[in-house]
Amino acid sequence: MKNMMEVQALTFTYNGATEPSLKRINLPIEKNKVTALIGPSGCGKSTLLRGMNRIHDLYPGHRYDGTINLLNSDGEAYTDILTIKKEAELIRLRQRVGMIFQKPTPFPMTIFENIAYGLKLSGVKKRTQIEEVVEQSLRDAALWGEVKDRLSLDARSLSGGQQQRLCIARAIALKPEVILFDEPTSALDPISTLAIEEMISVLREQYSICIVTHNMQQAARISDFTGFMYLGEMVEFDKTETIFMKPSVKQTEDYISGRFG
Amino acid sequence: MELIFKKLAQLSASLVFFILAATALVLYLSARPAIEEFGLGFLFESRWGVEETRAQPVLSPNQVVDEMPVIDEQADALLDDDFIDDEDDFVGDDDDESSGDTRIVYGALVPIVGTLFSTLIAMFFSIPIAMGIAVFLSEIAPKLLAKPVGVAIELLASIPSIIYGMWGLFYFGPFIAGIFGGNTVSLLVAGLVLGIMVIPFMAALSRDAISTVPDMLKESAYAMGATKLEVIKDVVFPYAKSGIIGSIILSFGRALGETMAVAFVIGGVYQFVGKVTDPTNSIPVVLANSFAESSGLSLSVLFYLALILFAMSFIVIAVAKFFFLRRK
Ligand SMILES: Nc1ncnc2c1ncn2[C@@H]1O[C@H](COP(=O)(O)OP(=O)(O)OP(=O)(O)O)[C@@H](O)[C@H]1O
Ligand SMILES: [Mg+2]
Repeated sequence: MKNMMEVQALTFTYNGATEPSLKRINLPIEKNKVTALIGPSGCGKSTLLRGMNRIHDLYPGHRYDGTINLLNSDGEAYTDILTIKKEAELIRLRQRVGMIFQKPTPFPMTIFENIAYGLKLSGVKKRTQIEEVVEQSLRDAALWGEVKDRLSLDARSLSGGQQQRLCIARAIALKPEVILFDEPTSALDPISTLAIEEMISVLREQYSICIVTHNMQQAARISDFTGFMYLGEMVEFDKTETIFMKPSVKQTEDYISGRFG
Repeated sequence: MELIFKKLAQLSASLVFFILAATALVLYLSARPAIEEFGLGFLFESRWGVEETRAQPVLSPNQVVDEMPVIDEQADALLDDDFIDDEDDFVGDDDDESSGDTRIVYGALVPIVGTLFSTLIAMFFSIPIAMGIAVFLSEIAPKLLAKPVGVAIELLASIPSIIYGMWGLFYFGPFIAGIFGGNTVSLLVAGLVLGIMVIPFMAALSRDAISTVPDMLKESAYAMGATKLEVIKDVVFPYAKSGIIGSIILSFGRALGETMAVAFVIGGVYQFVGKVTDPTNSIPVVLANSFAESSGLSLSVLFYLALILFAMSFIVIAVAKFFFLRRK
């Protein structure tokens, strides 16, 4: 099986920083698998994730070195997304690599418009097609039953957990190839968290997923591969069982058993 | 301790209402002789300070006299002693003046129209520019530029309005007259000077509203492939909507009641505007110009005008709030 994405020897330096925040990171994102990133606060997990859709580029002056390969739609060759310069291609990249944030971020519009927003951006006009995609995305995000009667309400009237599922529905409406989750459940209650975890294990069948989490059990429950990061380095990357059962680096073991971080 | 705070807060809050009510009441009481004399017809009368013979039955004085005592009694019941004294003065003067068979007619139509139109011109002119500045400062300009420009805008917003008036009279008015023809003082010049005056104020407030949009929200729109323009249009503006509308309403109120800047450039003549380049008048300017030489009924007329201005600001703000800020 080919990898969907491959981060190779990525070094990333924030604007004005003297030290790089990521140091020669390698990370494969396998197709239709869930890859988890764990590590103590400030080790660079978000920084890495935000490089994979070049959201860093919204702010000027950051520096990338290395390669982030993304599998072309033909499934054969790779393109290094760090070579993208044109605005239009960056937009295309972000449609192919979706992102879910730490807190729910419903747009100030109705539930329907939230989900349809990505389609609208990519120029889809046909009403029937939009309605179809909206319904399908909400079903995939396990939210259809709860909101189907109030699609024209402001999305901010939903509960936090529902809002986060709305954001996921909004992302998958664009049919991305990769979805990046940055601690998607850190602001949610246990039940909403469980709903999102279940959803992620279903979404895996269609998408390749990379998720940052502070919750070790969550990583163990839902991921196939886990990378442990520390101080901007990828300390260990392996199958999730291996990382949790018999990690080969002492630091990983200490972190997982809760001895630091 | 907490109790004291609570009481203090309550006190300040109710003080606001008290001041509002007291202002309205004082205006009303001082304006009452004029209200009795001219009634609501005042609003639609375009003459000012013109003598006419009394035998005109348009505003039947009898009717007014018949109705007034009822209101008198109600109002008296509300009054403190201070107010009654004031009122007595006015009533006395009133009697003196209207005892002849001619009377002097006053009407508010010209300054009402002047006030409304100069404010509307100001708004049409300032809203797009102020929004442009606000968006530029908060979303587009690099930090290095946004900081100093932002400070400059705040400084501009704090320039006393009389300076805008002087500048308008000596430089901007002739400049506008050169382009559009007409007088160097006119409704158009007044509107534009007002507009320029509120731009920094509106821009600074709107920028503050826009900068409350969370980065994460904007980033999630970018993460779906939105361009900067789309993020501003679909996310930033709707999110900051109530703050932006608030800034517009405040600016509107400021323009409506602005005196010094307008006094220099509107002309101060009682004349209907045929073209926007004609000079005319506005309520605050009439008030400022005429208080010194007024007494008796003519003074009461000014209070009537002030009451109208008060009501106009009140209505504008209430309507704006009702339409724009209610739905959530
Ligand atoms: N905008 C920025 N400019 C400069 N340095 C930054 C910036 N954002 C993050 N950093 C630094 O980069 C390092 C990695 O931060 P990052 O946010 O990726 O950590 P994280 O692993 O996601 O932490 P957390 O678990 O708390 O979210 C930190 O040392 C941080 O101080
Ligand atoms: Mg983070």
